[in-house]
Amino acid sequence: MSKKNWPLWEVFVRSKNGLEHRHCGSLHAADAEMAMSNARDVYTRRSEGVSIWVVESSNILASNPENNGEMFEPAADKVYRHPTFYDLPDEVKHM
Amino acid sequence: MTNNTLANDALPSGNMSTGQLEDLHKYLLGIADNSLILGQRLGELCGHGPSLETDIALTNISLDLFGQVRSYFQYAAQIIADDKVTEDSLAFLRIEREYRNVLLVEQPNTDFGYTIARQFFFDAFHFLFLKELENSKDETLAAIAKKSIKEVSYHWRFSSDWIKRLGDGTQESHDRIQEAVNDLWMYTDELFHQTDADKEMIAQGIGVDTLAIKKSYYKMITEVLEEATLAIPESKYWHKGGKQGIHSEHMGYILSDMQYMQRTYPNMEW
Repeated sequence: MSKKNWPLWEVFVRSKNGLEHRHCGSLHAADAEMAMSNARDVYTRRSEGVSIWVVESSNILASNPENNGEMFEPAADKVYRHPTFYDLPDEVKHM
Repeated sequence: MTNNTLANDALPSGNMSTGQLEDLHKYLLGIADNSLILGQRLGELCGHGPSLETDIALTNISLDLFGQVRSYFQYAAQIIADDKVTEDSLAFLRIEREYRNVLLVEQPNTDFGYTIARQFFFDAFHFLFLKELENSKDETLAAIAKKSIKEVSYHWRFSSDWIKRLGDGTQESHDRIQEAVNDLWMYTDELFHQTDADKEMIAQGIGVDTLAIKKSYYKMITEVLEEATLAIPESKYWHKGGKQGIHSEHMGYILSDMQYMQRTYPNMEW
């Protein structure tokens, strides 16, 4: 028997109260239809969601951890980019 | 345990004679036992499915079936004037001859092909059966059917999808699913057999006239088998007996597994 695996798919599920789809895991499937049906069985069997997206993992371009220095560190020491220097009036809620 | 809160006099069964109630009781067991034994068979695959995803899918189906079984058994226990009969005693404490499931559902898992073919043959029947049962004059039965049919539509989608994938897949998958289809074909006719209790319930407008859905059944499965590039078996030899309590050699093993806990530790709960 061949040891070849089906391609990997990433699963995004929107919960009943959620506004956006969230990544919840990955699974193997031969094609998109099977990925959808597997996602339903693996990730929504305890009524976690009302909508599913699946995308083949190879279609995702991920940032390379080796480049983390140039990608993310420049943002680390620039506190003036955070809007924390304003006094908010009490009337403004949920900021 | 959730209790069925329907009062007895709210049911059509409230006006039934003792004999009719016994027939209804038998009728309920006939429907429930199919799902119980098939659910048990699928449960055996928990942790043993061909892939994590199909493993979970098959055990999901198993749990759907057990959920339906509970509704039937609760109702069956409710209409019988014997306090010792409960949903649990019906599931775990009957002897082999008292189970009324068809032979198809007790057939072994053998391999993924057999598991899918068995499921496919049962799901098509189950779907058509529940669709009719929704019109039952018995409101409890109609309600159970209405709730179950969403689950069973998915089961049918799952199994017929796999029949097509395997049949129209590689040469090996094609040959193996064809073999499973050929071997299990002879168990399909029994799905439509009617016991005396079945006939009584059909006459009352409570039961489903299985003969009336037989043609749709074979049409439904033939379409999928053809799309899957599989040959339709021509054999007209049919196995039967389960509905009369005469089971295949597999049944004893299923029950000894399934009943072990209640037989060894009577009345245990967890």
